[in-house]
Amino acid sequence: MINVASATQTHTNGHANGPVAIEVRNLKFFYGNFKAITDVNMQIEEKRITAIIGPSGCGKSTLLRAFNRMNDFVSSARVEGEILLHGRNLYAEDVDPVEVRRRVGMVFQKPNPFPKSIYENIAWGARINGFKGTKADMDDLVERSLRGAALWEEVKDKLKESGYSLSGGQQQRLCIARTIAVKPEIILMDEPCSALDPMATLKIEELMQELKKDYTIIIVTHNMQQAARVSDKTAMMMLTPDGKRCGTVIEFDATNIIFTRPKDKRTEDYVSGRFG
Amino acid sequence: MATSTDIQTRLATTSQLRLNQLTKKFRLGESVIQTLIFTCGAISIVITSAIVVVLGQEAFLFFSNPEVNLIDFFTTTKWSPNILQFGIWPLVTSTLVTSFIAILTAMPLGLCAAIFLSEYATERVKGLLKPTLEVLAGVPTVVYGYFALTFVTPFLRNIFGRETVEIYNMLSAGLVIGIMIMPLVTSMSEDALSAVPRALREGAYGLGATKLETAIQVVVPAAFSGIVAAFIIGISRAFGETMIVAIAAGAGPKLTLNPFSAAETMAGHIVRISGGDLSYASLDYESLFAIALLLFVITLTLNLISRYVVNRFREQYE
Amino acid sequence: MSTEKSYMPEGAQLKAFIDSRHRWGMIWQSVFLLATCIGILALTALIYNVVDSAFGLVVVEDRIDPATISTRPLEELSKDELVAILQANLSEGAFNKLNTDQPYTSRSKENVLEVVYERVVRREVEGSYSLTDSLLRRAEIEQEVAQENPNAKLIFRSWLTPQFLTTPMASKPEFAGIRTALLGSIALVMLTMLFALPVGIGAAVYLHEYASQSFIYKLIETNIYNLAGVPSIVYGMLGLAVFVRALEGLTSGAWFGVTDSNGRTILSASMTMALLILPIIIVNAKEAIKAVPDSFRQAAYGLGATKWQTIWAHVLPNALPGILTGSILAISRAIGETAPLVVVGASTFITVDPDSVFSKFTALPIQIYSWTARPQAEFRNIAAAAIIALLVLLLTMNASAIILRNRFSRRSY
Repeated sequence: MINVASATQTHTNGHANGPVAIEVRNLKFFYGNFKAITDVNMQIEEKRITAIIGPSGCGKSTLLRAFNRMNDFVSSARVEGEILLHGRNLYAEDVDPVEVRRRVGMVFQKPNPFPKSIYENIAWGARINGFKGTKADMDDLVERSLRGAALWEEVKDKLKESGYSLSGGQQQRLCIARTIAVKPEIILMDEPCSALDPMATLKIEELMQELKKDYTIIIVTHNMQQAARVSDKTAMMMLTPDGKRCGTVIEFDATNIIFTRPKDKRTEDYVSGRFG
Repeated sequence: MATSTDIQTRLATTSQLRLNQLTKKFRLGESVIQTLIFTCGAISIVITSAIVVVLGQEAFLFFSNPEVNLIDFFTTTKWSPNILQFGIWPLVTSTLVTSFIAILTAMPLGLCAAIFLSEYATERVKGLLKPTLEVLAGVPTVVYGYFALTFVTPFLRNIFGRETVEIYNMLSAGLVIGIMIMPLVTSMSEDALSAVPRALREGAYGLGATKLETAIQVVVPAAFSGIVAAFIIGISRAFGETMIVAIAAGAGPKLTLNPFSAAETMAGHIVRISGGDLSYASLDYESLFAIALLLFVITLTLNLISRYVVNRFREQYE
Repeated sequence: MSTEKSYMPEGAQLKAFIDSRHRWGMIWQSVFLLATCIGILALTALIYNVVDSAFGLVVVEDRIDPATISTRPLEELSKDELVAILQANLSEGAFNKLNTDQPYTSRSKENVLEVVYERVVRREVEGSYSLTDSLLRRAEIEQEVAQENPNAKLIFRSWLTPQFLTTPMASKPEFAGIRTALLGSIALVMLTMLFALPVGIGAAVYLHEYASQSFIYKLIETNIYNLAGVPSIVYGMLGLAVFVRALEGLTSGAWFGVTDSNGRTILSASMTMALLILPIIIVNAKEAIKAVPDSFRQAAYGLGATKWQTIWAHVLPNALPGILTGSILAISRAIGETAPLVVVGASTFITVDPDSVFSKFTALPIQIYSWTARPQAEFRNIAAAAIIALLVLLLTMNASAIILRNRFSRRSY
């Protein structure tokens, strides 16, 4: 049975009732001549959790990585359209991707802590972003970040140990801690629980509800139940029917609507498990 | 004429034979070849043992000679076979000085080149630069020796003055050895850097790090064991280098730390003495083996340490 | 949470901070690129240095004025006329000896001309200049020479000529060539490969096809790795003790009835070099054998072939390109090695071509070493010429290895 989060608002497709953190306008994404994503228009609400779901290969990760310009590292990547973060186009000529990534953090599919101590994993991100303070200030920041990631109690006595000495779920929470240490506005999560066991997954899902009080979260997941449990709004992505392997958002609405009364038949087929 | 019983017997025996043939047949040819192949495989063990035995034997003869004292060998500082002084330190010090200069040259250059190739260069540029560096590695050491003597030494003499820099000097040789081992260091370091998983770099970029910060503060520390191994192998190569020092560093053991002066390394000494008149079973002959044994032990130890470092400290990124 | 102090720059401060990080990034990127280029720069300097010494002006003095021997310039005479000059000006014994060494009929005109210059005109090189000097400071040089050596002429000479390649050694640098060294190197390398290739391939076959991942396998592998790192001079010492001294009967040919040689022969040298390049061959052959798809083997076994039959008929032929490439790399290494050859007893002055495996030997790198070590400047010139010859040889071999590798890697199974 699908557990449905309580709906506090009703929306029409795409428009927000609250303040908007990210607005996507007519986004098209290309790898060279290959169009991977087309015609995406959405408004991501601030301090809410937005999920992106869909079958494999429809461009979910590409869309997510467009929000923090991680795709820039592929030399053939090209963007048309706009992604506005609080009104500023992330892909404008004068925008520095390094600054974008400071403001839009990312948690990856497989936990990837640095081969440093737990303390250093968190301190490093702050340092390279210009942290100026005493050691006590840094200790404070590390503790706050670990508390914010619900990891402090478990590691407070072993901060000097390597990040790899933690379990998978703990490592992922460490990655979340280091992300929030640099005070981003948005946190992107690319299937953050797919490499974790159910207990660890549950912990992270609980954590997300805490995190959304301070951060806007966008999560890509192929686990529909997770999307239904965790998110406020859901975007359904699918390949366009023309067979060109191009993905687009076919429906974007409150989570409870997507999962109980979706407007698009394809969405209905997908969430009821009829395919994908 | 074959009767039916004859045929039946023959058929019976044939099928009997067939059954027998399913059992393992001893193939002489196959066995012989297998033994030959095994011998080939075991040859490497034979060679290593031969090196140890041969060097050890002659070194033993050397040290059992009443004129020679093992303690003196390792503690005194004069090597003059004519007056029966066999202190190894002049040769060892020169080897250390030239190798130190070499690694001081090769390590920074090699590591920086490796960082460029693995973090900054595009595939095309990499495909162009890597083979060029390989060419550097393929140049014979005599040619490097020629280069050291006829180009680097005059160059150094112009910079530092003809009084300070002797015609044969350790600095020239050290610098050129450094250039010679740079491709090795680059190649090994680049392998280590490329082996760092992409996910680690992405984690850093995701926090808003620049390429430089990621490369230096995340990737290089992650590849540290491989880089250390490259460093140790580089030293080992520099230690064993012969022709460059034979041509450019000078003849005659001298205990000095001055890189501008001439001196002879362990390998350089062996090559000079063995290139001249040498009678077997003489003290001079045996002394060469003692030096060669020491050289062998040092380089072997370095190589083993390098391997150990890689295996033991191979970073677990998983 | 929102009242806590943020210790990180925001706004304009953030922009400036990020800009400075980018600046440092650019600086260090240039440093890294520079480091890569320094290696290439060194290579260029080396080549420049060698080429600089191999061509240039030389100051020559003719002891006997060519005008007194021939009315026309010597260069314009035909070969027969030159031979006639030799006959007229040399003693009968000397003339005949030259013929015995190499008959006049088989000599080229340039060769006879050289002999005329050497023996009749008695041309001597008084000094030489580098290529850059020759090109840039010509007038200065001419003045210098006119003052110090008024009888001498200034000629532009390429020290690397076809004659250089075919003339044997001589004690005077202007008339020496690398013929014996070149032949010695070639003979050495061929014999080395004769020893090393079968054993190396055999060892690779053993490691991949026969050995299990047992203790013995690890032992052999570790040994090969260690042997690859042993300094070449240690191999020389091994060769000296074992092949030159202990097995002198074999290597000098005494067991075969050869009486006038000792253990310092091509045979000892090639066996020593074989040991040296063995690890390279084994490692390369092993990779090549590993690359042969298992399906080939399975197909053969399925037909009832024995292990060796499979290896001989299916694995080795398909691994051949890789083995060939590895062999070429090993040959390149062997041709450039000097130290072990010196230890094993290379001769530095041989004027006769090698005629058997039991003859004394020399090699191109040995020649370069011996010439570089001499003080007279002209020896530097011919050393440079010899280096060019060696480098061209190596370049050709490596290029063919790369071409081979590319051609055969495109072949898909």
